[in-house]
Amino acid sequence: MKSAAFDYVRAGSVAEAIARLAADPFGTKLLAGGQSLLPALNLRLSAPALLVDIARLPELAGITLTGTTLRIGAGCTHASLLTAPEIARHAPLIAEALAHVAHPAIRSRGTLGGSLANADPAAELPAVMLALDATMIIEGPSGTRHIKATDFFTGMFETALAADEILIALEIPIRTQRSGFAELARRHGDYAIIGLAATMTADATRLAFFAGGPTAQLAQRAAGALGTGPLNHERIAAACTALAQDLPAHDDPEASASMRLHLARVLLRRVITPWINPSIRTPITA
Amino acid sequence: MKPITLTINGETIRATVPPRLHLADFLRDQCGLTGTHLGCEHGVCGACTIRLDGAIVRSCLVLAVQADDTIIETIEGVTDSGEARALQAAFAARNALQCGYCTPGMVITALDFLATAPDPCDRSAIRAHLSGNYCRCTGYEAIIDAIAMVGGQ
Repeated sequence: MKSAAFDYVRAGSVAEAIARLAADPFGTKLLAGGQSLLPALNLRLSAPALLVDIARLPELAGITLTGTTLRIGAGCTHASLLTAPEIARHAPLIAEALAHVAHPAIRSRGTLGGSLANADPAAELPAVMLALDATMIIEGPSGTRHIKATDFFTGMFETALAADEILIALEIPIRTQRSGFAELARRHGDYAIIGLAATMTADATRLAFFAGGPTAQLAQRAAGALGTGPLNHERIAAACTALAQDLPAHDDPEASASMRLHLARVLLRRVITPWINPSIRTPITA
Repeated sequence: MKPITLTINGETIRATVPPRLHLADFLRDQCGLTGTHLGCEHGVCGACTIRLDGAIVRSCLVLAVQADDTIIETIEGVTDSGEARALQAAFAARNALQCGYCTPGMVITALDFLATAPDPCDRSAIRAHLSGNYCRCTGYEAIIDAIAMVGGQ
């Protein structure tokens, strides 16, 4: 199908893009990689009056390392992050997850910021940001604000972004931690039935599940049951039991709630069990 | 309407396009390059895969206006240059196409695989790279045979 007609402008700066959004917040859409927006337009699920192209803005580009923080521009494509040495060194969880995001021809266009702002409940990257304890850097008419990933994803395709704000970058604290990722999808590159992005530091475990409800979420009770200190099979079993209290009962045509919970436990064991043996998967060091 | 200038298969093209026109329709209808096929028109099937600035993309998920000042290569370009010759011969030799609808996208994606893969004969890596290209005729085995055959040359 063909999209409805719209106007198009390539923004010369973030400030210009914000001004365009502010002029007509509900008739205007930002266009970055377009890999979720263009299908929605072609299917006429969305019909904005104006697209503001932010894909080439230098303010959204690049990865910078400042002290103990990794800053990733929202405009970085998935393909660029998959091969970036800074990601491989300091946040390998991102590259591990991106291998599951769609296909090469989508990853060459799709952007990190676009995926996060879209907040698809079955998307990998929101969960990765929860697991990495990322902070979203947002600009709007009244300046810059910082929002933790845990406060950013508010519901199905809903975020804390206001209609006249732009997600410009992510900041990830560089920590000594283990990380792991797994998902179950019917075909490679499909959206997951259930997925898990996890990190473990000396004093905290973050288990971010996605496709298990309206938004990616941290499984707090399961993480609490894992506790801190050396891992063992008993604590992993306790975490699997506790997981029933974390995941909402979410039935859809892909899977019943009980099947999802079962699969979530399979993934939890698959990701965490190798961490019992400290010689396997050496943690990345800050 | 918006003016755009881009390079398509080595030729500089200037055109005026409505913003909603996607690149696949632009290539087919305004440039006459009908080797780029449209299957699903929402980024699922891979039949419209082309190269934009050297990277494979879905041309149904790129607006023509977004392609302003880029370098586009289509199946016609990689055929004329000879870049796809070995793959095309292998596709024919292994019966890796029947109706041929998916084939231009398959060939462009396979070229990308062969150019980037650490092991161009790794069948599971070929499958992963082609996972976004649907073929309803062959069952994929013959396509993977053809790509692995060229990878081994």
